Amino acid sequence: MSTSASHTQETAILQAEDLPRLLEALHARRYQVIGPTLSDNAVVLEEIRSVSELPVGWTDEQEGGVYRLKRREDEAYFGYGVGPRSWKQFLNPPNLRLWRARRENGNLQFMLDSQEAPKMAFLGVRPCELEAIAVQDRVFLGKGYIDPVYAERRASLLIIVVQCAQASGTCFCASMGTGPRAESGYDLALTEVIDRRTHHFLVETGSERGADLLQEIPHAPATDAQIAQAWEISRQTARQQSRTMHVEGLKELLYRSYEHPHWEEVGARCLTCGNCTMVCPTCFCMTVEDSVDLGGRNAERRRRWDSCFMMDFSYITGGSVRYSPSARYRQWLTHKLATWHDQFGVSGCVGCGRCITWCPVAIDLTEEVRAFQGKVRGSKEKTHENA
Amino acid sequence: MEVARKPKLAVWKFASCDGCQLSLLDCEEELLTIAGAVEIAYFPEASRAVLKGPYDISLVEGSITTPHDAERIHQVRRASKFLVTIGACATAGGIQALRNFRDVREFHRVVYASPHYIETLNKSTPIADHVFVDFELRGCPINKHQLVEALNALLHGRKPNTPAHSVCTECKRRGIVCVMVANGTPCLGPVTHAGCGALCPAYHRGCYGCFGPKESPNPASLADWWSRHGASDPQLVRLFRSFNAYAEPFRRESEAHEQSSS
Repeated sequence: MSTSASHTQETAILQAEDLPRLLEALHARRYQVIGPTLSDNAVVLEEIRSVSELPVGWTDEQEGGVYRLKRREDEAYFGYGVGPRSWKQFLNPPNLRLWRARRENGNLQFMLDSQEAPKMAFLGVRPCELEAIAVQDRVFLGKGYIDPVYAERRASLLIIVVQCAQASGTCFCASMGTGPRAESGYDLALTEVIDRRTHHFLVETGSERGADLLQEIPHAPATDAQIAQAWEISRQTARQQSRTMHVEGLKELLYRSYEHPHWEEVGARCLTCGNCTMVCPTCFCMTVEDSVDLGGRNAERRRRWDSCFMMDFSYITGGSVRYSPSARYRQWLTHKLATWHDQFGVSGCVGCGRCITWCPVAIDLTEEVRAFQGKVRGSKEKTHENA
Repeated sequence: MEVARKPKLAVWKFASCDGCQLSLLDCEEELLTIAGAVEIAYFPEASRAVLKGPYDISLVEGSITTPHDAERIHQVRRASKFLVTIGACATAGGIQALRNFRDVREFHRVVYASPHYIETLNKSTPIADHVFVDFELRGCPINKHQLVEALNALLHGRKPNTPAHSVCTECKRRGIVCVMVANGTPCLGPVTHAGCGALCPAYHRGCYGCFGPKESPNPASLADWWSRHGASDPQLVRLFRSFNAYAEPFRRESEAHEQSSS
């Protein structure tokens, strides 16, 4: 994909006033550039045509169930955390027609929806999101099970990471080992440095494609001091994170906790609305729907994002297997943090914090996990005593 | 050779505003196809021509509010093979079910000059409280695409695709930013049945719950969150008490806050 083993990493300085040149270079190469922009009181990801569409001078405040935009005191281009949308909406669109069929003279004619996948450049991918894309690569491009929709979009994808210069209220990538600094897997990575004296980006190249792109935009060699400054920004961001998740032994703990009473407690708060799965950058479940027009001549098949919080998701003969909200929350959390490891070899959680911010009633998976870690230890000791 | 008979469609009205029946006329481009696929046998809103029953498909709009209608719905059921209720009145009692929380005789005295001419029941109730209903289409009003989908499914002998999950799912698939999380606007989306395509949140309004309670709704948790963020009990009563006020999960929640506020 975007990494290249033969590539040697370069570092350079791009002045903030030259950022438009990067977009021009991408557009000249016929990339559709997707990046952060303001819409409906949030930073969302959409196609952008110029740097003026970036949320310049804005930041966000995030807590469980709460997201608010705020003005910054500076004119930073990337001074905010992750928003409600994730990049998965471009790699695995939420609502996509797969094919159409037409009945004519008793014959069925099938037409693949073969509109060409857009050639996309993602500008402003955060390190946790880069990890999430890597997780979805395992899901959609794994051995023997390649999803053509995802694969086509992913193959031409160019990734420009923005290293996080501030933690948001709900993220915890440092404890998940997924950020706040990405070291590979991108074409270019930018660290934004802004203070009274300077506004520039430390640019790191991660692929030949990235290095070629850098050659087309004004840049200067980075000094050791400038490199050190960028790394210090990442360390500071890690220190700012107020949430943590202790993942050591977590998989085994969750496997031992299927009957834990805490599932009922969180099930009583859970709305089973599915928001957490929709905003999660690694959740990949989808459903397939067929429809026919009234005359019975035209049919089509669509796939849409689905969620393990819906009753239909586990519907088999006789009803839904996971009927209670607690069973559905248990399925989600245990998949993310335990069975995902067995299935894909990594955690299904990258610590972006979206499920915490965008849960309408602020259910916080780091707190839920802590409840198991605290309480289960006690109950386990009891079992030992009895045994 | 025997010519295949087109299924007969009937549209019935009980206590309602006619808005859901209008959704059928509002189908515009699909209307001619519908008229081609079924024989519109009884639809006073659209035509005076009346064909005798029995009817293959009956669409029933409105709630039961009078002793006369409580009898009439049984006749409709007897004349119908497949009975589909359409809209919040028929599926939950409608906005007129607000009377269920008060003394109706008091309204008679206040509103009518000669209350003794009024013959009405104490409660406005959904059709399913009176007869067996084969399928329910939610909404105030119903969504015309869902109506076409339901007719289509019946005509082709398959299950209609009208998911019972939350409105949130429709918001997220459309990329709409959550009005509750980003603006602090109370929204019934997390407890409300999908089907409208997230109409209100798309215009920065909270969901009013027109489609009624979703599958496994948890209004208590949502109300608890709002009350911790400053909503008063009377406000919570009003939020849950609108078009689907008498739908069980919403009714219980509004009554819980009515008790706390009195």
